[in-house]
Amino acid sequence: MSQQVRIMRGREWARPVRPVRREVLEAIPGLDEGRPPLLFVPGFGHGAWAFAEHWLGHAAERGFSGYALSLRGQAGSGPAPEATLRAYAHDVVQVAAGLSRRAVLVGHGAGALVVAHALARYPARAAVMVAPVFGGWATAFTALRRNPLGTLPALVGGRLQCNRAQLFGRELPRDEVRRHLSRLGRPARRAQWQLLLGREPEPAVGDPPVLVLGSPEDRVVPHSVLIRAARRYGSAPLLFPGMSHDLMLDARWREPIDGILDWLEKEPSGG
Amino acid sequence: MTTSTDHGRPDPELSTLDLARGARSVSYRGETVCVIGAGPTGLTAIKNLTEHGFGVDCYERETGVGGVWNWRHDRSPVYASTHLISSRPLTQFPDFPMPDDWPDYPHHSQLLTYLERYADHFDLRRHVWFGTEVVRVEPAEGDRWDVTTRSTGGYGPERTSRYAAVVVANGHNWSPKLPTHEGLAEFRGEVMHASAYQDPAQLRGRRVLVVGAGNTGCDIATEAAQQAAHCWHSTRRGYWYAPKYLLGRPADQLNDLMLALRVPRRLRQWLFHRLLQASVGDLTRFGLPRPDHRMLETHPIVNSQLVYYLGHGRVTPVPEVVRFHPDSVELADGRQVDPELVVFATGYLPRFEFLDPKILGDDGTTGRPVLWLNAFVPNHPTLAVAGLVQPDSGIFPLSHWQSVLFARLLRLRETRPNKAAAFAATVTTRAGERYSGPVKESSRHWFEVGHADYLRALQRALHDLEAK
Ligand SMILES: Cc1cc2nc3c(=O)[nH]c(=O)nc-3n(C[C@H](O)[C@H](O)[C@H](O)COP(=O)(O)OP(=O)(O)OC[C@H]3O[C@@H](n4cnc5c(N)ncnc54)[C@H](O)[C@@H]3O)c2cc1C
Ligand SMILES: NC(=O)c1ccc[n+]([C@@H]2O[C@H](COP(=O)([O-])OP(=O)(O)OC[C@H]3O[C@@H](n4cnc5c(N)ncnc54)[C@H](OP(=O)(O)O)[C@@H]3O)[C@@H](O)[C@H]2O)c1
Repeated sequence: MSQQVRIMRGREWARPVRPVRREVLEAIPGLDEGRPPLLFVPGFGHGAWAFAEHWLGHAAERGFSGYALSLRGQAGSGPAPEATLRAYAHDVVQVAAGLSRRAVLVGHGAGALVVAHALARYPARAAVMVAPVFGGWATAFTALRRNPLGTLPALVGGRLQCNRAQLFGRELPRDEVRRHLSRLGRPARRAQWQLLLGREPEPAVGDPPVLVLGSPEDRVVPHSVLIRAARRYGSAPLLFPGMSHDLMLDARWREPIDGILDWLEKEPSGG
Repeated sequence: MTTSTDHGRPDPELSTLDLARGARSVSYRGETVCVIGAGPTGLTAIKNLTEHGFGVDCYERETGVGGVWNWRHDRSPVYASTHLISSRPLTQFPDFPMPDDWPDYPHHSQLLTYLERYADHFDLRRHVWFGTEVVRVEPAEGDRWDVTTRSTGGYGPERTSRYAAVVVANGHNWSPKLPTHEGLAEFRGEVMHASAYQDPAQLRGRRVLVVGAGNTGCDIATEAAQQAAHCWHSTRRGYWYAPKYLLGRPADQLNDLMLALRVPRRLRQWLFHRLLQASVGDLTRFGLPRPDHRMLETHPIVNSQLVYYLGHGRVTPVPEVVRFHPDSVELADGRQVDPELVVFATGYLPRFEFLDPKILGDDGTTGRPVLWLNAFVPNHPTLAVAGLVQPDSGIFPLSHWQSVLFARLLRLRETRPNKAAAFAATVTTRAGERYSGPVKESSRHWFEVGHADYLRALQRALHDLEAK
């Protein structure tokens, strides 16, 4: 991460991101106990639905309002073939700033990179990086090794396509896997390139606590990458061995979300 | 008067031991920082100071947040039709954007909504004492400040508290600058300053003379063009009237596009002149004087409608007023006009009535503080004035970064005192610097800044402060 605060944003002032319809799914607890809202940001190909499946409802049961956003061009959000990471981060900050209290940003997969960029533009209460894909060549090589057919086209300008073995564990029932796979979309081409070659996120504003979690058996994010990701936030990752990349859809989805909520309740600035 | 439309009160129990200042008792507020005013600048100061770990007490004389943008406030100068002149991306706080489906130039009521949401989102109201005005700010030992407050309107006793630092964010658009004219007292028509103008109903069916061509004067003249029986618009020089849109985008975004492409100022001026020449043409054909300066050398006027109403003959441009007669107003060209209502849209003067002017480096005659970055006070490292800038953009981002810089400076006073001392030395040597190209000499221009020049200087100051 570059360390200096950036004040001048001439290009952004001159060429603001155009608004696109945003899909936001939510689950609100019956009683407001003053806890910070959670904003879930899916990775490339996924949509808000991935969190609506289990995590949103579970967070609400534990007293946290949960919101899940579909990035532009994904799931129920408006089309955006030319979307960039900047536009994705813009969408996250727009939704976060629209909530009644400072939000906790939770990014999954490449959504964690979007969150890292958003953190430079919004003083989140806290941030959680779930199986973070911060991009770069190491991630690309892993993807290439595990899923050459889905990854190769992306390296020559086509669209990235994840496969079943990368995302889901073996315990997940077949029909559930089929349902999820049918909902997977394809990321915008420019954003995909930025995943490989994009600039480093700027330092986070407001100094939020950051939790990194994932599984050592993740087939998208190798263990070493996970450790490195946690190190940039000065900590070690919280590990859920034996789980797949899509922790929120895994048969054992409850463990990581409980891990996140427990951490938030313990954080002095959190619950 | 402690009634409040805003809930929340700061915790008054922080004060520990009592001190004395003369006969008064002073409650000691430890490392807490005092913020004066809960307008946009005060709010961002509270937010950034608390974000950096400081306790904050903010005093606000009105009963709500929002400053100028809260039209319920008795000193708010906004009128019913006020829309921003700076477009949304150049106006919003850098870390809390306005909704992206809002218009390019939101209405003042949207600005208030935005500021209230900002206050709620960051839970700022619990730091604010509403209905409380600051009447005195005096230096105390150890670079601390004694701040004396009382209920707005002078009810109740005064209270003095000692703070580790003070941010003055009292705004500069509330104290009317009124011209003096021979015969004004005998004039039989109605005379008002634009700060008292709220609604076009005040103009309806009357003969109106509007004096001054800042954004206020131009807005009121266009309303008079639609409502009044007749509208004269008096200006003492020719101006560039920039439309809200140029080349398919908000005019300030076009300016920033050129800034991002590093187009030099002279070339930008030339391009703007050509663009205006090509689109609206030579305004002297409507009887306006030719501008006596280049574009960007007076505070920008952003108004697409004035020229339109000149073309409809609904606004009659006239020169400067020289004197008033009981039934008419005499103009510089010898003409006399007979308005029923004269609106002085002659602007405002910054005022710091609670501070000895010498503290801000004003010898008491000019009314112009001498500060670095328009904010930092020589020899008073724990005092900052925020929002004392008139940019060619929105003010909020400038106020935001001023308070970030001040918060980090206060932190460094504890952790790296030598860095803070070096900053203080810079403040002393560089006080009075300007951050714009040449501007016309006028009482409104001494704190005019180009937002890019200003923010770049601020960014450098921040980087120097934090350098190893
Ligand atoms: C008609 C109009 C249109 C404008 N349009 C734009 C625009 O398009 N874009 C833009 O960026 N700016 C615009 N401005 C400038 C405007 O002043 C700023 O946007 C902004 O309001 C400045 O915020 P502030 O907090 O510094 O001052 P203010 O908004 O004036 O707030 C100061 C606060 O301090 C309080 N206060 C003052 N003295 C004391 C005291 N002694 N004790 C306690 N409290 C005190 C006041 O009650 C007030 O709430 C406009 C101004 C006017 C008049
Ligand atoms: N729509 C909006 O968003 C909006 C609307 C209104 C105001 N504002 C902002 O609010 C601030 C104040 O604006 P403002 O228009 O009220 O004031 P202003 O910018 O100070 O303009 C005052 C005008 O009156 C003239 N003037 C001053 N004293 C005079 C005198 N004695 N005799 C004759 N003319 C005199 C000035 O002429 P000189 O050129 O000689 O100085 C100038 O044209 C500005 O920052 C402005 O941008 C924004």
